[in-house]
Amino acid sequence: MKLFLKSLVLIFGLIIVATFSFAAEIKIGVAEALTGPIAKYGVPIRNGFTLAAEEINAAGGINGNKINLIIEDEQGKKEEAINVFKKFIFQDKVLAIFGPTLSNSAFAADPVANASKTVVFGTSNTAEGITAIGTYVFRNSIAEADILPAVVKTSKNKLGLKKVAIMYGNDDSFTKSGYDVFKKAVDAEGLQIVATETFAKGDIDYSAQLTKIKSLKPDAIVCSALVEEAANIVLQARKLGIPESVNFIGGNGFNSPKLAEIAGKAAEGVISGSPWFLADPNAKNQAFVKAYKAKFSSDPDQFAAQAYDALYIMSEALKKIKLTGSIDSDRDVLRDELAKVKNYNGVGGKFSFDANRDAEQKGRVLIIKNGKFTVYSE
Amino acid sequence: MFLQQIANALALSAVYSLFAIGFTLIFGVLEVITLAHGAVFMMGAFAGLIAVTKFNAGLASTLLVSMIVSGLAGYLIDLIAVGPLRKRKFHHLAPMIATIGCATIITSTYQGIFGAEAYRFPFDFVPSTSYDIVGIQLTLLQLIIIGISLFLMVVLIFFLNKTRWGKAVRAVAENPRTAALLGIPVEQVFRLTMSISSAFGGAAGVLTGLNFNTIHTFMGGPILHRGIAVIILGGMGDIRGAMAGGLILGFSEILSVAYISSDFRDAISFGLLFLILLVRPSGIFGKVIERKG
Repeated sequence: MKLFLKSLVLIFGLIIVATFSFAAEIKIGVAEALTGPIAKYGVPIRNGFTLAAEEINAAGGINGNKINLIIEDEQGKKEEAINVFKKFIFQDKVLAIFGPTLSNSAFAADPVANASKTVVFGTSNTAEGITAIGTYVFRNSIAEADILPAVVKTSKNKLGLKKVAIMYGNDDSFTKSGYDVFKKAVDAEGLQIVATETFAKGDIDYSAQLTKIKSLKPDAIVCSALVEEAANIVLQARKLGIPESVNFIGGNGFNSPKLAEIAGKAAEGVISGSPWFLADPNAKNQAFVKAYKAKFSSDPDQFAAQAYDALYIMSEALKKIKLTGSIDSDRDVLRDELAKVKNYNGVGGKFSFDANRDAEQKGRVLIIKNGKFTVYSE
Repeated sequence: MFLQQIANALALSAVYSLFAIGFTLIFGVLEVITLAHGAVFMMGAFAGLIAVTKFNAGLASTLLVSMIVSGLAGYLIDLIAVGPLRKRKFHHLAPMIATIGCATIITSTYQGIFGAEAYRFPFDFVPSTSYDIVGIQLTLLQLIIIGISLFLMVVLIFFLNKTRWGKAVRAVAENPRTAALLGIPVEQVFRLTMSISSAFGGAAGVLTGLNFNTIHTFMGGPILHRGIAVIILGGMGDIRGAMAGGLILGFSEILSVAYISSDFRDAISFGLLFLILLVRPSGIFGKVIERKG
């Protein structure tokens, strides 16, 4: 009997050791808005992650360990993002978290992860000051501050702009921060601002603002909005008779294939900036676009591309560390290693984290021609 | 620019009024604030969208389809949720909560089917011709919206004042018990009111969808809030009040953006509502309600 017990213990022990050393999986939480009005951003992001995870696992995982993505819906709300983060950290005991979708939610939820010393990696948060939340906060979405000044400068030089009107959503961190950056850039270029108009999330009627802008005859309209609103603004502007020679200069929200899809002809001549664009001919991007289209039967957007790159960036770091099974120390080691990632070659070009764990990546100024973003200036 | 902004305000107000009329009628007759009215509004917009994109319907039949679908939805909401509570004599609050449930079910179902993204009518559904009328650029669409809204409101007022059923609705609004004693089929009148009002909500939905060319599952939320403001402002249960309230809200929203600042749009519109209510606590056309001791 004793022998039996001993061997039983031995067997169980072996099984436990076996599971830990061979079939260890790397649990990573993905908190994105999958339902509700923000789902149009969150769903492509999730798709980007699942595509990358499948590719990595199909190629044998990371040092033999499979990536297990735990995906939860944070509905684009601050409270939900905090709940999901807590579940990931304390219940699922994930190694790191991707998300949340909006900068708004990131400002609320990232401090929770940071306080629990868990890496949180944003792929779509572009507002200023995200990584200043704490040393466990990373992102690969380049801040609008890094790209919009170039967009304004290029447009001014190419179009000979003198006076512009500005429109932005004033009840959202993302669009508000885009406005702040635009305002600085416009001032720096010495452009005259003839009007600054705002709108709120969920607005569909922009006729009053646009009629006012039309009467002031600006050379261009600088606009910080999410894509749906952006498309409506562009559409209504043309409907109200603002001529096509008045280009729209858009923030990060404009940078989606959806814009041209929704606004059709009205979207022609929209100028925006991003490190990534759909038609980028580099081989890695072409392969990504093809795989994404085959799997999800739609084109990826910038956020899907950034999510896809983000998991590969994370796996660069994971490759270099040895997981001990002690979640606290593993999380710490991962943080240190992740901060060292430099010159990763992704679908959006060369990527490095800077000293503040923020994205360091070259942006390009883009313009919509024939319904597609093309390079306006490198 | 002023005249152009007036045109913008008229088109916006027309839809607000149309939405609020159904809303206020339900309150006037059933004494229920139906918080499903926003969801019904959204259903109307989607019904119109499907009629156009799948069946190539013209403008008139599109409007008709969305009114029928929304009217039917109103009928069902009364049959399933509001009616049973009425029979159990739960007044005001319980039916209102039940309509929140209806709204959630409808919105979630639509989200399940259509997702969260916005849909649009085909670009050339209404030709984008615009007319220059004494310096105002009125688009054909704006004219259509204002025209249809006015027409529907006139039809409703005619119905209520001149037809047998309309008179029955007004009698029930006055006092359901007396109406019942006089032989008016009160239950049917309730259900009719819900259907007509919802049909008006659906019409507002499809016109909004056309005007701003955005249809999505959450479009009922913002208009529901504005609708509540409009009917309180106009006087609960009063149709003229809903029309006037819609005009005031639409104009204050547009003109505050045009001449003050878009930053203060909602602050100004709702501040104005507050001021009007200070002067007339029961709304512009509201009757003074006496508390019976």
